[in-house]
Amino acid sequence: MISEVQSKSIAGNGAANASKVLEVRNLQVNYHTARGPVRAVNGVSFFLKAGERLGLVGESGSGKTTIALSLMRLIQEPAVIEGGEVLLDGTDLLRLSEEEMRRARFADIALIPQGAMNSLNPMMKIGEQLRDTIRAHTSESSKAMLDTRIEAVLESVDLRADVMESYPHELSGGMKQRVCIAMGILLSPKVIVADEPTSALDVVVQRQVMETLGRVQKKLGAAVILVGHDMGLMAQFVDRIGVMYGGKLVEVSPVRDIFKDPLHPYTQMLIGSLPTLNSKEIFKGIPGLTPSLLTPPPGCMFHPRCPHAMDHCSVQIPPLEEIKPDRWVACHLYNGSLS
Amino acid sequence: MQLLEAQNVTKIFGSGGLLNKRQMVAVDGISLAINEAKPTITAIAGESGSGKTTLARLLLGVIQPTSGSILFQGQDLSKMDKHARKEFRRQVQAIFQDPYEAYNPFYKVDQVLTLPVRKFKLAHSREEEQQRIEESLQLAGLRPEDTLGRYPHQLSGGQRQRIMVARALLLNPKIILADEPVSMVDASLRATILESLMKLKRELGISLVYITHDLTTAYQISENIYILYRGSVAEVGSVEQVIKNPQHPYTQLLVSSIPLPDPDIRWGEEGDIERKAAATSAPAGQMQGCKFANRCPFVMPECHLKPPPLYRTNADRAVACYLYKDSEPVSGRAMAESLAA
Repeated sequence: MISEVQSKSIAGNGAANASKVLEVRNLQVNYHTARGPVRAVNGVSFFLKAGERLGLVGESGSGKTTIALSLMRLIQEPAVIEGGEVLLDGTDLLRLSEEEMRRARFADIALIPQGAMNSLNPMMKIGEQLRDTIRAHTSESSKAMLDTRIEAVLESVDLRADVMESYPHELSGGMKQRVCIAMGILLSPKVIVADEPTSALDVVVQRQVMETLGRVQKKLGAAVILVGHDMGLMAQFVDRIGVMYGGKLVEVSPVRDIFKDPLHPYTQMLIGSLPTLNSKEIFKGIPGLTPSLLTPPPGCMFHPRCPHAMDHCSVQIPPLEEIKPDRWVACHLYNGSLS
Repeated sequence: MQLLEAQNVTKIFGSGGLLNKRQMVAVDGISLAINEAKPTITAIAGESGSGKTTLARLLLGVIQPTSGSILFQGQDLSKMDKHARKEFRRQVQAIFQDPYEAYNPFYKVDQVLTLPVRKFKLAHSREEEQQRIEESLQLAGLRPEDTLGRYPHQLSGGQRQRIMVARALLLNPKIILADEPVSMVDASLRATILESLMKLKRELGISLVYITHDLTTAYQISENIYILYRGSVAEVGSVEQVIKNPQHPYTQLLVSSIPLPDPDIRWGEEGDIERKAAATSAPAGQMQGCKFANRCPFVMPECHLKPPPLYRTNADRAVACYLYKDSEPVSGRAMAESLAA
């Protein structure tokens, strides 16, 4: 049924690289504060293959949510996108007019925001909110036609059609989260950006909601960017992981490599700090503090906390490079492995 | 003697008579015991609505039980005189989920540390006060020169939470109740804070009640665990037994839902069973039997009739489930005391 939903595509010229549905190049987002610009996203580049699940992880303040909002062009003052490109099937979203971007949202790229369940309008029935989403993108106005489409999408996220008659407060947290997923897939977007979609839910419900998201994503053939800090959730859900630190991507690798063979010292320490059921009473935190983005350290952002720091780490910023197939890392330790 | 004990405690919220439908049984006949002589870490785990925070507030004496009693060193909290109550407040300290809420943003962080010292007259001079504060900061893994004289917003979340640990330590307590102390901090700091909580037990002999929804960290730091479901104990025992080999169908569901940080051990397919079961679930208030019956894949007719007692399946564990009715029934209080021994 979902395939009936026509997406008004903004671009058909994606022939340049068929396997990359989304490509972000050198994205730069600053928060303008009284004390100067905060470089929340500092030259980030990555790509997303069609149908792929990419995780973006990082501690609070690492810039991951800012990236999610920037991809949707929903970032607000004092944050400003200062540069870069967000190519969706070859079209730069950052160059679209406001009206073109409004049409692209939901239809081409959809966001399931952080605390999504609080993003529903408390005064409107669920059905009306979903109908509005479709009406904003199509000329379809027959309520019966809209409802057939909505019922099919609700069913695909394990919700009964009668939730359309409910107000948000009448639903449980898990059900509201499913409504938000339904809204995200209503117009069959090519890319779904999910920003900590289950952070307020209990583990059992979290698992159910993530399984639902995974199932509809597969059915739709959409690609997903999952933003979050829960490494357990990432291990369970994504294909590749991008690790953010201080507004930069420090490593992008397949999920298994991130956990079994992490390259960047920060990734290594992050994985080492995770609690598991295999050991007791052993804790390895990462000493030191996250960098100030207002007065970032020179050179590599991680060098003040890095056990392998060398002299030039405090001088030269390491670029993110593919040191072997599908393994990207920004660290001077791997300079030797180039050519 | 037990240091801190809950004896068959029930807490009902909502006013009016017994027939009032708006009453909510938050804690339903729970017993728990913490040994005085041997420092231990005891986890209370459950999802939202399980009653774990209500139980913590009962143990802290912030709210009164509807029935049953809370005892500190054998003395009933509700019968304590003013002096004993003040001593209880010093000996039993709390750390909460959001360290930011405990601070007044207009005061330097020093205030949260000097206040208890003065209130409990722990120091005879300013120098002694300063010395005690610096000592407790160091015990919590903080450098006094990096923390004192700052405002709350100038510190990281992890530093703010560790100041709360330092504050609890100032009073030289026997026991600390920590309600989700690491659920709002990043992974790299979580390990550091858990490490400082472990140290309190190891080096200072302070017992800890660790209240959490996170079974992984509960497994890592505690000896015993109480799994709560809708106000009742579903399973109780040593963490090795309960987490590594769960017996109650609810504990099994919880453990299998943990998102393990290992891409080679992904969630299985049994989630589908639970999803279908959850769709037909009725509100807990309408049930007479086991509260988990309508979500349980192993439900039997007797489960709907009467709540199951705890069955002691071995020395270190008891399960409230009729699947284990061949084992010996045990009262919650007897099991709690046996685990605390």
